[in-house]
Amino acid sequence: MMHTADLLKVFAEFRGDAIVISGRGGRHWIELSDTSLDVPLGDPAMGGHSGFGLGLALAQPNKRVILFDSEGDILMSMGQLATIAEQAPANFYHFILDNEVYATTGGQPVPNAKNVDYAMIARGAGYPRAFNFSELDAFSAELPGILKAPGPVFVALKVFPEVENTPIGQRVRWRKRSADKVVRDLRGVLGAG
Amino acid sequence: MADAGALSPETVMRQMKQNGVTDIVWLPDSETNWLFLLMRADPDLRLVGVTREGHACSIAAGLFAGGRKPMMLIQNTGMMESGDSIRGWLMGLKVPIVLMVGYRGYTRHGVNNDTAATYTERFLMAFGIPFYLVENDADADRITIAFKEAEEIKSPVVVLVGDEYHGFNR
Repeated sequence: MMHTADLLKVFAEFRGDAIVISGRGGRHWIELSDTSLDVPLGDPAMGGHSGFGLGLALAQPNKRVILFDSEGDILMSMGQLATIAEQAPANFYHFILDNEVYATTGGQPVPNAKNVDYAMIARGAGYPRAFNFSELDAFSAELPGILKAPGPVFVALKVFPEVENTPIGQRVRWRKRSADKVVRDLRGVLGAG
Repeated sequence: MADAGALSPETVMRQMKQNGVTDIVWLPDSETNWLFLLMRADPDLRLVGVTREGHACSIAAGLFAGGRKPMMLIQNTGMMESGDSIRGWLMGLKVPIVLMVGYRGYTRHGVNNDTAATYTERFLMAFGIPFYLVENDADADRITIAFKEAEEIKSPVVVLVGDEYHGFNR
């Protein structure tokens, strides 16, 4: 298992000028980067981050799009994997943070938490490349090669859960910009409006 | 040919082009095959097929964030299933988009045997989403009105296609 904050620090070294949809890693990524190319959306509706990443990658084929999704999102929208594989954006790098639980609702396990092989599912849906990592050393060693080769690629990362148990209304908000402001900023820096 | 009182797929295509649509995110229904063939033949239009209608919302939001002008093409059944995605990915991110929604069960007279039709307009009113009904080619300019309104309110606008049972197939 890895700590999300640690693996994001490793990733940050190789990010370059990629668009980063920080997804379930948002609260840690925002400590590392919060530019207009960073897209911390929070959770607009669970299961949709992979679709958002796909749309963005198709719209901006000359920019690498990196997404930190989760296993709970994948389980909710598994069909998205087939759509992504069919569209096959070469600039799309789809990471998932698999903590085996619904962390924001108190840490209840996702269905069949310990036995689902997400990389195998992605491969079965048609992703040409898919990987599993549970140790930081192995992830660090392979990451540069993964990012150099074309996408779409799927990378499943086993991470320690960071369970939240305080009522939603009492949680500290980590986002500095509203989700629609994040989209406006991104469109601005991309020259889209 | 579709009869003169129907909404022809060519008319829908013309409206899409006129309003600068670049991408169609869609899930086919049983009546839209001819439109599908027309869209697929257009080299300037990208088709993104989804496996569940709610997925179309986040894909469309991503396309918009990246500078494209997507349109969604789904059925009313799938629209209702997509409620939370419409809320979060389209309304929440202020995506100005037109959803063309096949109005399954629509009979014009308000007497129907299909609860998909019963709840369609109630669903849209509950969400506060503006909508226009298009039944035939004479109504087509309402599609352009929907595009303009979506831009003005920075939110989704729905075009209900009340011709679902005969216009799009041949």
